[in-house]
Amino acid sequence: MSELIRMQAIDKHFPGVHALKSVDFDLRAGEVHALMGENGAGKSTLMKCLSGVYQPDGGHILVNGAQVSLPGPKAAQDLGIGMIHQELALMPDLTVAQNIWIGREPRKSLGRLDEAKLNALTAAIFGGMNIPMNPIARVGDLTIARQQMVEIGKALSHRSRVLIMDEPTAALNDAEIAELFAIIRRLKSEGVGIIYISHKMDEIKRISDRVTVMRDGEYVGTVEAAKTPISRIIAMMVGRELSDEAVSIPDLSAAETALEVRGIARAPDLKDISFSVKQGEILGFAGLMGAGRTELARAIFGADPRDAGEVIVHGRPTAIASPRDAVAAGIGYLSEDRKHFGLALPMDVRANIAMASLPRFADRLGRLDETRLGQIARDYIATLKIRTPGDRKEVRLLSGGNQQKVVIAKWLLRDCDILIFDEPTRGIDVGAKAEIYRLLTELAAGGKAIIVISSELPEVLRLSHRIAVMCEGRLTGILPGGASQEQIMELATQRNSMTRENVA
Amino acid sequence: MSETTAIRGGAQQKLLAFASLIVLVLGFSLASPNFFQTSNIMAILQAASVNGVLAVGVTLIIITGGIDLSIGTLMTFCAVMTGVVLTWAGMPLILGVVAAIATGALCGLVSGFFVARLKIPPFIATLGMMLILKGLSLIVTGTKPIYFNDTPGFTLIAQGSVIGALIPAFPVPNGVLILFLVAGATAWVLSRTVLGRYTFALGSNEEAVRLSGVNTDGWKMAIYALAGGIVGIGGLLIASRLNSAQPALGLGYELEAIAAVVIGGTSLAGGRGTILGTLIGALIMAVLTNGLRVLSVAPEWQTVVTGAIIIIAVYADQLRHRKSS
Repeated sequence: MSELIRMQAIDKHFPGVHALKSVDFDLRAGEVHALMGENGAGKSTLMKCLSGVYQPDGGHILVNGAQVSLPGPKAAQDLGIGMIHQELALMPDLTVAQNIWIGREPRKSLGRLDEAKLNALTAAIFGGMNIPMNPIARVGDLTIARQQMVEIGKALSHRSRVLIMDEPTAALNDAEIAELFAIIRRLKSEGVGIIYISHKMDEIKRISDRVTVMRDGEYVGTVEAAKTPISRIIAMMVGRELSDEAVSIPDLSAAETALEVRGIARAPDLKDISFSVKQGEILGFAGLMGAGRTELARAIFGADPRDAGEVIVHGRPTAIASPRDAVAAGIGYLSEDRKHFGLALPMDVRANIAMASLPRFADRLGRLDETRLGQIARDYIATLKIRTPGDRKEVRLLSGGNQQKVVIAKWLLRDCDILIFDEPTRGIDVGAKAEIYRLLTELAAGGKAIIVISSELPEVLRLSHRIAVMCEGRLTGILPGGASQEQIMELATQRNSMTRENVA
Repeated sequence: MSETTAIRGGAQQKLLAFASLIVLVLGFSLASPNFFQTSNIMAILQAASVNGVLAVGVTLIIITGGIDLSIGTLMTFCAVMTGVVLTWAGMPLILGVVAAIATGALCGLVSGFFVARLKIPPFIATLGMMLILKGLSLIVTGTKPIYFNDTPGFTLIAQGSVIGALIPAFPVPNGVLILFLVAGATAWVLSRTVLGRYTFALGSNEEAVRLSGVNTDGWKMAIYALAGGIVGIGGLLIASRLNSAQPALGLGYELEAIAAVVIGGTSLAGGRGTILGTLIGALIMAVLTNGLRVLSVAPEWQTVVTGAIIIIAVYADQLRHRKSS
């Protein structure tokens, strides 16, 4: 196999941070090379050096054996290096073809756009990949998975021989992941080299040929994916072996029911869902992407309206029409998207922790007691071990795990005793994950009722005392803690509604 | 970035605006001996007072990520309602003051209702309010000004000088004193109260605030109402200065106020801004207008220069941000 990329002794400094310390990396034609490491390990920085966004302070980059300099993204693009960003960079109101050829539109005389050629070129790209795709579909109308294919098509339109994919499956369901992997295999067979950044171990095992691990800006090692056990890769990432702790299930027979939900429905996402959680219990929600778990959480919390259903909090039926009602009843919701729904990023840790409880710290004039707010914020920083230089630090400057802890502190301060965690460790690195798990277990042991929605089965299994499984808006079953992955997957794919529709 | 650099960054922004103000004052003083005279300085401050008060009000709304185009004609409508209460109904002065502030707060509440409850984009909602209020001012007055000749002491609200009576060397007009009091009180509300904290939070991430169980609609309406009340004070000042409520006046004042806010470094995207910055912005605009007049620059060129200054100020702010990020 010929070598497409070789990065040698790449060094990069930022003010106060040595982000890359003499890192080596190489990519061969027709391989998928996974790049792994905790958040902050330097993966993105390394890839930004390769895609021309950053200029390294030291080291060499060779493309097809020749040393190159990459002063900007355009230079990298011209050398056939394309990047598929984690957050897709598409314009939702333009068509597929318009998105792919933006800035390079084929023209006719007098600067008129040649739409016919534009669409034909686009059809050819997707034809080549064997993907059915309508060039004149509006991108905003496509699913995230289809949008990602548009991004891939865009990269290929630059005749890319190297594709960098940053967490490409973060928003995809299993069927879509399978489709993406089929495309990746086809690209491989055509000699395209793919650099694949992901946190998901099972994917790495499924798709990649080699794995390179980075830690704290340093190159740790490169191993063959097929021959290396997952525990060894994780050990390389965190610098220690992780023991896969089994969940210990407390005896909750005497515990009171904290939250009961009866017959929640909301067309078309949720169909007649009933369940309950006890004080001190962690109820996991498993299911495939699109099963309706987030929609269920938002409906319970009053963030979205619902068509039917009762919410009973501590034995009392409670009318919940808005998040305000839910919070007043002691329910807190920690969204999967912390940045958009959980935090005011430009504001400091103290203000974010107090966000749901401000009136409690104000006198009759509405004047805030900053001294107490500061004290309380520092208490939570200490008890939850939030790593921040102080309570006046802006939360946008904290890592994902520490931002999550700030959101947890917000709800604890608000005295919420029913907490709904939606993907509590999304975007959080392996080391911080273990800490969040421990925190959740401690909260439950302290009497909180906890609902955990997670797309990662190991996470559900590790945390849950009971496991509720959803499929296509229905609750297909509740399993005891420690159930097997096979049992969960069976319930998660129980699509009898679909078969019924097919018959009718 | 550490905590200290974050604080320094905020101070730097104000420093930049403040430095521009000093440079302008020094420049005009060197260019014309008539500029740095007590009487001229007082004239500048007096000129800044109405625009400054309006700008302080709209700063609140801009920090929430909104905009208010109705403040100019609302100012006039408040002045008109003061005239109705004082001149037509012959009520005591204090009720005229109450009428101005209450009218402003009520109209602000209505704008806030359109924005928060009916989810009409602030630009559209307040554009509508701007025209409605302009029309109402003309309808109520029958297009004729209302004079305050029957209310003794009304002109003293803006033109008298409480400070001058105490310290004759500093004949600071009351209008200016009121501007500084309003600015001080608003800065206090922004930095020390629940309302202030939510003002910034709404501009930073409204959805996160709503999901924290906060009554975002209610707080937003309260912020618009407070801003409206402040505009009411602006209406009082202009009526006192002109000794009349001029129903045709008002259009264009909103843009001057927004310009002052922007020059002062408040982000139109919301979540960021200071009253001190707005105050400096309003002073820069007043110094500019006055200085160019002292130098006998034609009024049409004054407008051109003001426009250029707005663009330069925002560009400088952009540069500073690019550097810090």
